[in-house]
Amino acid sequence: MAIGLHDSPFKNPVIRWVDRRLPIFTMLQKEYGTFPTPRNFNYFWNFGALAMVNLAIMIATGIVLAMHYTPHVGHAFDSVERIMRDVNFGWLIRYMHMNGAHMFFIVVYIHIWRGLYYGSYKEPRELLWILGVVIFILMMATAFMGYVLPWGQMSFWGATVITNLFSAIPLVGDSIVTWLWGGFSVDNPTLSRFFSLHYLLPFVITGVVFLHVAALHITGSNNPLGIEPKGPQDTLPFHPYYTVKDSVGLVVYGIVFAMLVFFFPLSLGHSDNYIPANPLVTPAHIVPEWYFLAFYAILRAVPDKLGGVVLMFGAILVLFVLPWLDRSPVRSMRFRPIAKWAFLLWTANFFVLIYAGSQPAEGVWVLIARITTAYYFAYFLVILPLLARLERPLPLPESISKAVLRGGGPLPAAAAAKPMEKP
Amino acid sequence: MLRRSITAIALAVGVAIAPQAARAAGEYDTPPPANLSFQGFFGTFDRAAAQRGLQVYRQVCANCHGLRLVAFRNLRALGLTEEQVAAIAAEYQIVDGPNDEGQMFERPGRASDRFPSPFPNERAARAANNGAYPPDLSVMTKARHYGANYIRALLTGFQDPPEGVEIGEGMHYNRYFPGRQIAMANVLFDDMMEFADGTPATVEQMARDVTTFLAWAAEPEMEQRRQMGIRVVLFLLILGGLTYAMKRRVWADVKH
Repeated sequence: MAIGLHDSPFKNPVIRWVDRRLPIFTMLQKEYGTFPTPRNFNYFWNFGALAMVNLAIMIATGIVLAMHYTPHVGHAFDSVERIMRDVNFGWLIRYMHMNGAHMFFIVVYIHIWRGLYYGSYKEPRELLWILGVVIFILMMATAFMGYVLPWGQMSFWGATVITNLFSAIPLVGDSIVTWLWGGFSVDNPTLSRFFSLHYLLPFVITGVVFLHVAALHITGSNNPLGIEPKGPQDTLPFHPYYTVKDSVGLVVYGIVFAMLVFFFPLSLGHSDNYIPANPLVTPAHIVPEWYFLAFYAILRAVPDKLGGVVLMFGAILVLFVLPWLDRSPVRSMRFRPIAKWAFLLWTANFFVLIYAGSQPAEGVWVLIARITTAYYFAYFLVILPLLARLERPLPLPESISKAVLRGGGPLPAAAAAKPMEKP
Repeated sequence: MLRRSITAIALAVGVAIAPQAARAAGEYDTPPPANLSFQGFFGTFDRAAAQRGLQVYRQVCANCHGLRLVAFRNLRALGLTEEQVAAIAAEYQIVDGPNDEGQMFERPGRASDRFPSPFPNERAARAANNGAYPPDLSVMTKARHYGANYIRALLTGFQDPPEGVEIGEGMHYNRYFPGRQIAMANVLFDDMMEFADGTPATVEQMARDVTTFLAWAAEPEMEQRRQMGIRVVLFLLILGGLTYAMKRRVWADVKH
């Protein structure tokens, strides 16, 4: 870009003055106004925007909670209860934050599922996908540390179990655990550093989300057909078409969220976390929150501690190399008759893993966890690489508009990618 | 196809999440639904029941169990007057201080005080209770699987052990407690107290009333939360209808 004042298209003198010096309005217009977006999104494409809104809700409610919370083993539990009882609308803010975490994972899991089904991770969106996996990992770390803060029984014992995973590392494992704890057990130093990091990481997430969106706006969005737009007849301006469609999704999301917060605020949590942490009493059955259960099941499916830890982290890390494991040039599962069923089976398999993670690791559940763990990895490491060679995909439509208009009739006049006239 | 798989996924989520609070070690009977006033979707706390429950708590439970997160002033929410609250608070001695001589002292409770706990710490509680620790009841209905149903069932679940069941020293048989052995003894007996409103003090009645009181103590915001929830959801439903209509209009000229 040339040095010097920017050439602004805006008429309003104030906006124009700012825009010539710092073209944020031009940028907004380009990235969220006229941004050419495939015309055939279904409602699965709402979930990226929903995740962004959810992140904003978490940060806003979290900042208020931090004003009233006390990160000390002697006061943490009671300070949360004071928020619930004595802070004006503290119960609302805290329940929004707590259930917002559940909503965040529901939204992000659907967002990831969308990417897997429609092949959004494939060339040229590999880096976009990798940044998404980074966000997912940061989210899990943030959620884990946030769950420790109320200092209930599950907080304490969850923190103990998860931090102890690092002791499986040969030679330096125990030293690393001591370093993580800031002592020789999960105690006050652990709580205060988790609080500090829990406050920090969401802003790191925000930064990576920015990169994720920036990368998205380089490649453009994938779409349910998985074929690139070939021209303006295949796209619509982001505004108003997708701002309004995202708004519909946002209200539905709001209704689900409100039902949780106002009517079932405890339904997704564990009752043991309302028992104050007690290092001398181990809960009969330590389980993480539901969004970790699948990975918890993988951890426990392996009889060897180090092996379990490696597989658990591997289950997430494998996503990083997915663009190079699945070399099929066809993105959308709509046109992959075998991969589609392999993936839907993988989806069902994931739910079985979640269920297995919630059960005591004994009897038939060990076997089920092992079989489902095997399929989890086999899908990525064996089935997708093989299908890329063996599968014969269905014929792809010539273009998005041809597919949308069923056999390529003449385009209606309004379909060309012109932004809606301002009233 | 896709729609069907979405339905399947939604069902699977329900199945996967439901049993998360899996049973603690030790077998026990599932508590039956208590059908208390506040348990419905729009349920509210039965004030008379909660006031009777307060009486049960103060006369029975409070001998061993604290309620340290609840302040006397909170009792106004149960329909007690300011004078009644002040009178209840004044019946308790609260440790305060230090005074100008640097000494701690006891004074009658005020509305702003919280319920004092019966034991100064966990050690003292265990020493007085055969090694068992009577937990604080402030959030008890949130801290147990099956919540209020469990509390009500537990209080009515004491019975003689069935043939062949060995009960540990100082333990009591209760089929709703995990492992079916509990250190707490049966504490409710018919007509052990008189309710001011003339309600007969049966074991079942006292159990239900104190459960109502404890549910209020654990979730004092529940009624406000549900009322706000109704308004928020109604608002969102209307907004959703309007938004969807707008979406249809914007997209009306586009084939997609």
